[in-house]
Order: sequence, then C-alpha cells, then structure tokens
Amino acid sequence: MPSKSIRQAINEALRQEMTRDPRVVVIGEDVAGGQGGTGSLDAYGGVLGVTKGLIGEFGASRVIDTPITESAIMGAAAGAAVTGLRPVAELMFCDFLGVCFDQIYNQAAKFRYMFGGKATTPLVIRTMIGGGRSAAAQHSQVLYQMFTMVPGLKCVVPSNAYDAKGLMIQAIRDDDPVVFFEHKLIYDHKSEVPDEAYTIPFGEANLTREGDDVTIVALSRMVHFANEVADRLAKEISCEVVDPRTTSPLDADTILESVEKTGRLVVVDEANPRCSMAADIAALVADRGFDFLKAPIKQVTAPHTPVPFAPALEKLYLPNPDKIETAVRAVMAD
Amino acid sequence: MTGSITPITMPKWGLTMTEGMVAKWLVAAGSAIRPGDEIMEIETTKITNVYESPAGGTLRRQVVPEGGTVPVGGLLGVVAGDDVSDAEIDAFIEKFQAEFVPPSDDEDAAASGPAMIEAGGRRLRYLRLGPEDGVPILFVHGFGADLGAWMFNQPALAERHATFALDLPGHGGSSKDVGGGDAAALIAAITDFMSAASIARAHLVGHSLGGALALGLAQADPGRIASLTLIAPAGLGPDINMAFIDGFVRAGKRKEAKDVLELLVADRKAISRAMIDDLLKYKRLDGVVPALQAIAAAAFPGGRQRDQLRDALAAATMPRQVIWGRADRIIPAAHAEGLPAGVAVHVLDNAGHLPHMEKSGEVNRLIADLVSAA
Repeated sequence: MPSKSIRQAINEALRQEMTRDPRVVVIGEDVAGGQGGTGSLDAYGGVLGVTKGLIGEFGASRVIDTPITESAIMGAAAGAAVTGLRPVAELMFCDFLGVCFDQIYNQAAKFRYMFGGKATTPLVIRTMIGGGRSAAAQHSQVLYQMFTMVPGLKCVVPSNAYDAKGLMIQAIRDDDPVVFFEHKLIYDHKSEVPDEAYTIPFGEANLTREGDDVTIVALSRMVHFANEVADRLAKEISCEVVDPRTTSPLDADTILESVEKTGRLVVVDEANPRCSMAADIAALVADRGFDFLKAPIKQVTAPHTPVPFAPALEKLYLPNPDKIETAVRAVMAD
Repeated sequence: MTGSITPITMPKWGLTMTEGMVAKWLVAAGSAIRPGDEIMEIETTKITNVYESPAGGTLRRQVVPEGGTVPVGGLLGVVAGDDVSDAEIDAFIEKFQAEFVPPSDDEDAAASGPAMIEAGGRRLRYLRLGPEDGVPILFVHGFGADLGAWMFNQPALAERHATFALDLPGHGGSSKDVGGGDAAALIAAITDFMSAASIARAHLVGHSLGGALALGLAQADPGRIASLTLIAPAGLGPDINMAFIDGFVRAGKRKEAKDVLELLVADRKAISRAMIDDLLKYKRLDGVVPALQAIAAAAFPGGRQRDQLRDALAAATMPRQVIWGRADRIIPAAHAEGLPAGVAVHVLDNAGHLPHMEKSGEVNRLIADLVSAA
C-alpha cells in the first residue's frame, strides 16, 4: 500500500470527494494559493499546502479564495451548508476562532436544533493546531476543547495519515458540522493509505499500542509521543495507547475498557490544563471507572500560560515523551 | 563440502513483512530434521506461525536466539550433514552474514509487490511470484479475503513454480464492482484475468467460495485447468455458517471483527490485532459492504449454499484434490465425505476453515505433489 503524509492524505480526501460530489466546495484564505500574488493560481494551496492543486482541477467556483475575514468565511459556509452545498471551510489557525465563533457555535451548531430537525448543516471546518514551530502565543494553540464543549459540533483530531483520510471523507459525508483539527507538526508524518476512498466512523478510538499496565490516552501529535514512551518502556512497563481520534463524539467505552484492564491512566493533552480534554477524560474515568483504578490519574498537559515564543521556553512548555514517561512511572509507583 | 550446507532464512509472509522474530525454537541444535519438520515459531507484526524446515539434515546451528529479530532473508539457522565440519559451518555463517543485504522497502515493493491489471473492464490486483515459465499456479481466495490469504503458500510454492494470486472483484485492491455478485460474474472475472495476464492454463487453488469458483471454472473451461486443489470449498453441500457471513458483512468495530475472525480458525490465538485491523480497513473502503452483500445474497440465499457442484467435481478429469480442516466452523468438513472416486481427500486435524494458513506446510506439500503429478 502506498505511503502518504497526512498532508497528502487530506488533499487526496478533498480531491476524491470533490470529484464524487459536485456539492463539495472549498472556501478559505489562501486555499487557492494567494490570488493577490503573481504566478500560477495553485502555486501554494493553503499556507501549508494542504489544498494544493485543487483550484487547477476544480476551478475558482469550487475553490473559493476569500479575503481575510474569518466571520464571513464561516458565515458563508454555514449558510451554504444549510442550503444544499457541502462546504469545507478553512479557519487557517484555530487561534482565529475568536473572530468567527458566533457563526460556528451559535449558528452552524444550532441549525438542526433550532429548525426542529428540518435542516442539516453538512459543513466541515478545517483548522490547524499546535505548538512547536515558535509561532508565538497567537498561532500555536490547540483549542479543540473549546469546540468539543459545544453540542452540535463533531470534533476530529487525527494523528496519522490513514486516519486523516478516512476521517476527512467521513466528515464531508456527515450531515452535521464537523471541525477537523490538523496538527502543524505532523503534516509530514507518513503511513500506509489506500488510494481508494474509505470512511472511519466517528467515536471509535484506535489502540495504537496494546498493553496491560498503564493506559495512556493521547490526542493528535501527542499520540506519537505516547507511542514512543510505550516502545521505550516496553521491556519494563506494558503501556496501552488509546487514540480517541474524535473528541466529540468521544469513545468512552474504549477508554473505560482499557482502564478496567490496566487500572492506571495517564492522559496526554497539548492544551492548557483547565477545562481540557485531559481534565474531561480524567473526570470520565473518575466518574465511571473509579473502581478500576489502582493509582491516581495523571494528566500531562501544557501549563496554564500562553504558548511561549522563545524556542527554549516553548520546548519546556509542551508535553514531551520524558514528561509522559515520568507520569507513567508515577502511576506505576503508586 | 559447503554445497551441502543449507541456510534457514527468515521467510516473507505477506506483503508488508520486513522482519520477523524467532519466538521459539522447536528443535535443538544437533537434532536431525526432515524437510517439513516444524523447527521454529516466527512472530511478525501480523501473525505468529510455525516455520517448517525447507531442508533436511542436522540442525547444526541456531544462529538467531529466541527473541531475536532479523530482516526477511536473514540467516536463522544452518542445516547440514554431520560430515560437514564446524569450521566449515562457521565459515559459511561468516560469509552469509558478510554478504547479506536486507531488502530495502522500495526495492522490496518494486520486486515483489502486487500489480494492477485491466481485465474485462475492471481493474484487478494480483501478485505474481516465482519463475516465468511453466504452467502457473493460480490462487483464488474466499469470501471477504484477498491475495494476502496465501502469504504462507504463494512464496513457498513460488520457489519452484510460477504463481499468481488474484484479488477477486469486491475484494482487496481490486475494483469493488462485482456485477451481479453471482458465481458466473466472479468466474468471468477470473477468466478475464487469465486472458489479460496471458495465462493459457493454470493449476487452480481455490479456498472456500474461491474453491467453488475454481470448480465452476473447471466445469466451464476444463482445457485451461491443469489441476484443481479445493480447500474447504463451497459447492459440495448445503451448509454454510451464516453467523459468520452476516457477522462479517456487519462487522464495523474491532470486537465484532475479532468475533467473526475467530470462527475461521481452530486456535483463536491465531487471530492477531493486525488481522483485525486489516479486516476493518478493508471493510471501510467505499463499495466493499454492498459488494459483499451482493455476493452473499447470490451464493447463500436463505442461509444455504445455492450452487451445488458435486457433479462437476465428478465429471472433471484433471487431477483434483480436496483439503479440509476437521475443525472447520464455516463449512463443515462433512462436505468432504462421499466425494467421487478419483478425488483425493485430505482432512487435516487441528485446523479450522483456513488450513492453508493453519497447516501451511502440509497444504503446500499437497499442492506441490498434485502440481508435479499433473
């Protein structure tokens, strides 16, 4: 099977769905490659190249380059979705959420409910997340927890290329608004991805490692760190790594079944600790799986501060394999 | 004297295998072994299986200890006669290790990966292994499987014979267009493939539904079939485990996939996490579930096998054999009873519906013997 990067996998998913279904359109800043510039239209294709080549294939009526106005992008996409298109709208960096959140959480997410089930909103919002590029506090957050808390939004946090393609196709075919979080630092991560179209259902976690001693639940880029720790400790501590793949819906059953087996839980989340997915999953297990636990739950998160710009500080700020290993050893010692 | 030293090397089981671990040695150094003796258990990311010695003599050296991992083609042990000196064995090992270059992923894929072919208006995936000449062996998998089902058979038989393994329509990497989904449509796809791949005549090895297709093809076009090996074939009786068929079509979650896969084998532990993952990945492809539904509806209406081919087996004149696992829970081994004279029947103990995987060495020998006799 061909090996593809997450970037290629998402591009392929968009291309295949746009080919299959003429209602699928892409809209956002620079999705066509910056029409204000010189040179060929699809020279770039999104700031990190994910939509590269789409305008050449599908034209400007289906790959809509917009001005810098996130509220208009999200409003137009929500309206288009509720009136028959299936837009994939790009909110370039999730940090820009603040200028357009009304269109997402109070409009798109509520349409089905407000219209008594008579309207569907097949909208996908693609957005980039994550620190590690020294892009400073306003371009480095993850923020998936702020979307996950909204009923009516589905939230996808892929960690590998196989999942990214199947989850993106699922997102486009879904009749509800889906927010798709792409971590900037793993775009080049490769895995085997079928050329054919396929879907991965939402709310089904993936076990990236199987083990008996400790459950590590990790999201997006953190899955790779958790896998690294599981492999590093394999001879002394048997770690199971759960990648929920979607934070909403969340596969609580798989997390609880794993903790029932291991009795120990470490949750790894790149977000700030308060009201995070780490806190949410820890609460879930404390609430519904307390009797399984042999040790207190550990959370590995960023601290409660903005993401630092200074590379040395940012490195200290982010969760990493060493911090995860320390947490795993701590729950084993209790 | 070094001509009588035979290296035992890491086999390649399946397309994605790049290395394997010696899980357990089953014979001690110094033991006399015959070809086909189970000498070790090898564990890969996909599967654990016993490895049968390709050579006879004395196992002079266990080069890799238990727990050791080596690339495909790497040296595991050395078999030689007792007349070969230890110094010669040492020299052989040293030379082998010095010259051994593990296959790189790229050259591996190019050299031995599957290919696509346009046949009868469809794209079909197939894997060709072994020498170019001679009447090839053509492997036809069963319901829901793909050419990877032959991972323990095709490489072994390809040492002497040209071999092809095919993904049927609706399966593996082939087009998911199954036409009507009935046997006639699938048999036509096989003949289309044979024509497209310039296979005038072949030794057919078919498993389960693929066995019924092979038999149907032998009935329709006997001149193209040199011999017929049917492994737990459909078509020889009415019974079929619909809990498996329906469960397989329905399975979307890991637990469901595991439950149905376990029905296939005598020893449930043979079902690995990777096999479950592979099934789920296959099931998620666009078009797969409707294709499987169409095939199941055509083959098993009302929970019984529709096509009955005992007469076709009796009428056929090419060498033919039937192999079954005694513990088969999908199609009962009782269907191997009362077959026409002239059909060799081998019912294997401790095997379920996948004897070609569970008892691969024995099945490979039976196939090789029939092919040689033909």
